[in-house]
Amino acid sequence: MSPDLSTKIGTLRLERPTMLASGILGISLEVFSRIHKSGAGAVVTKSLSKEPWEGYPNPTIVGIKGGYLNAVGLSNPGAPYFAKMISPNKTIPIIVSLVGSIEEDFEFMVKQFENVHVMAYELNLSCPHVEKVGLEVGDDPNLVTKIVKKVKSMTKVPIISKVGLGTTNYLDTVKAAMDGGTDAITAINTIRAMGIDVETQRPLLSNKIGGLSGPAIKPVAVRCVYEISSKYDIPVIGCGGVSTWEDAVEFILAGASAVQIGSAIGDGWIDVFSEVNKGIANYMEQKGFSKIQEMVGLARNF
Amino acid sequence: MDLQEISNRSSIRVIEKIIDETPTVRTLVFSDDTLSNVLPGQFAMVWIPGVNELPMSVMVSEEKGKAAFTVRKRGVSSTALYDLQVGNQIGVRGPYGNSFRIKDGKILLVGGGTGLVPLLRLAKFAKPTNEVIILMGSKTKEEMFFEDMANKILAKNKHQVITCTEDGSYGKKGFVTDVMEALMQDTKFDGIYTCGPEIMMYKVVQMANSKNTFVEASLERMMKCGIGICGSCCMDESLVCHDGTVFDGQFLAKSQEFGHTHRTKSGILENY
Repeated sequence: MSPDLSTKIGTLRLERPTMLASGILGISLEVFSRIHKSGAGAVVTKSLSKEPWEGYPNPTIVGIKGGYLNAVGLSNPGAPYFAKMISPNKTIPIIVSLVGSIEEDFEFMVKQFENVHVMAYELNLSCPHVEKVGLEVGDDPNLVTKIVKKVKSMTKVPIISKVGLGTTNYLDTVKAAMDGGTDAITAINTIRAMGIDVETQRPLLSNKIGGLSGPAIKPVAVRCVYEISSKYDIPVIGCGGVSTWEDAVEFILAGASAVQIGSAIGDGWIDVFSEVNKGIANYMEQKGFSKIQEMVGLARNF
Repeated sequence: MDLQEISNRSSIRVIEKIIDETPTVRTLVFSDDTLSNVLPGQFAMVWIPGVNELPMSVMVSEEKGKAAFTVRKRGVSSTALYDLQVGNQIGVRGPYGNSFRIKDGKILLVGGGTGLVPLLRLAKFAKPTNEVIILMGSKTKEEMFFEDMANKILAKNKHQVITCTEDGSYGKKGFVTDVMEALMQDTKFDGIYTCGPEIMMYKVVQMANSKNTFVEASLERMMKCGIGICGSCCMDESLVCHDGTVFDGQFLAKSQEFGHTHRTKSGILENY
């Protein structure tokens, strides 16, 4: 019998354990459909704000040894436009990522999706390069609790809180999100970082500081997933540098119920989803696992 | 180590020569072995330090080991690129994207303005047996460029360069698409290739499709990363940077967006 690749993140059920990470691709239904068909168990949208945002001027994404630096600046068409755009969708598992500064921002945005089929919301509490949102919110545990509580009160759809490494201990942010009633955690976002071109002596990114993603951050992300799932009883989605099935399995063994993939698309294109899925299935077959759940957190036994 | 070896990281190049093509168009020449050999249709991301980073089709240079960008000053960023001086630095990464598939036999290239850049590279890659007709259009005589270059590149091929201007001040009077329509009445082409304003390309593709002639167009969209990550340049289910920039007539005939809409920096669809 071939292994079952479906997974559960709390009440959320995915056909496959690989997801498109927020910020990557996601601005049209046609592209979401293509990514879903290529093997992703769910797609997470770009983080949506109340109003459309243009983002920063280029360079916004730069290749470095071991990954990418980016400061795209959360460019997105805004929640109202986006809700209308995805409203015909019935078949693609779409997780809507939201970014804002205060409870009212999130309240306004969730309202836009009232009559739209949404699989879950992912609250971006961790973007490292835009002021007054993202990490600045995640670093304020009281605000995190209030925002999660507000969204939770408005919808029956599961809430995922995406955390990153800010100035507050991220484990406190996780706890704050749990106090607000979050159903799951995504860990981690890109890590605040910078690069400088030695020829021109200028920062590589137009915003100077951005976020580091890709293989370089994977060990950090694995550590965070391990710590969260060791300390709290909350489903975790691993994110950070997954490009092969071994990476995905590593996250699962650390405690993740699913993984998100982003930067690897820049190197190996969206075929990465089916390749990682296939590799996980082979591994399960070899090791005698029949379900993803059987592997979640096994590394914590040692 | 050359930074181009780190994927998607810019390498710094120095502008060595500037050619004034028209009062608003310039070609900037620099040394770059990789970019000097890119396929027709491929592009590079060009960093103008302190200003922006833009996708640019790579222009043919007559000198070995050199590449060039031909830029029209329009917005802030293209004007900054246009205003660079010999000795100034730019960053380049790439090449990215696919390329034109050159058919045997008689081929027609239809372009306007800086859209001629990938078409001249295509002409350079033409097989000796190709008969090539280039149709180039501009608003006025003053804005016509690359005619001599086209003749030079195609010196060894049976070829014809047809120019037209909207005001009739040079060559035939009218749009390239008018001239193309007349040309297609008595000539059968094995392949048609186009680059330029999207409305022009839309007409070229429609005309070619109506005659069941193979056609390809090199498209432009709001582009940020150039490597299929950010999604800014999506058109239907395609990413122009990754799946294009060259698309064929069959694909374009099915597109909901080609010739009709493009996206803004925030990703909102806007009509042309």
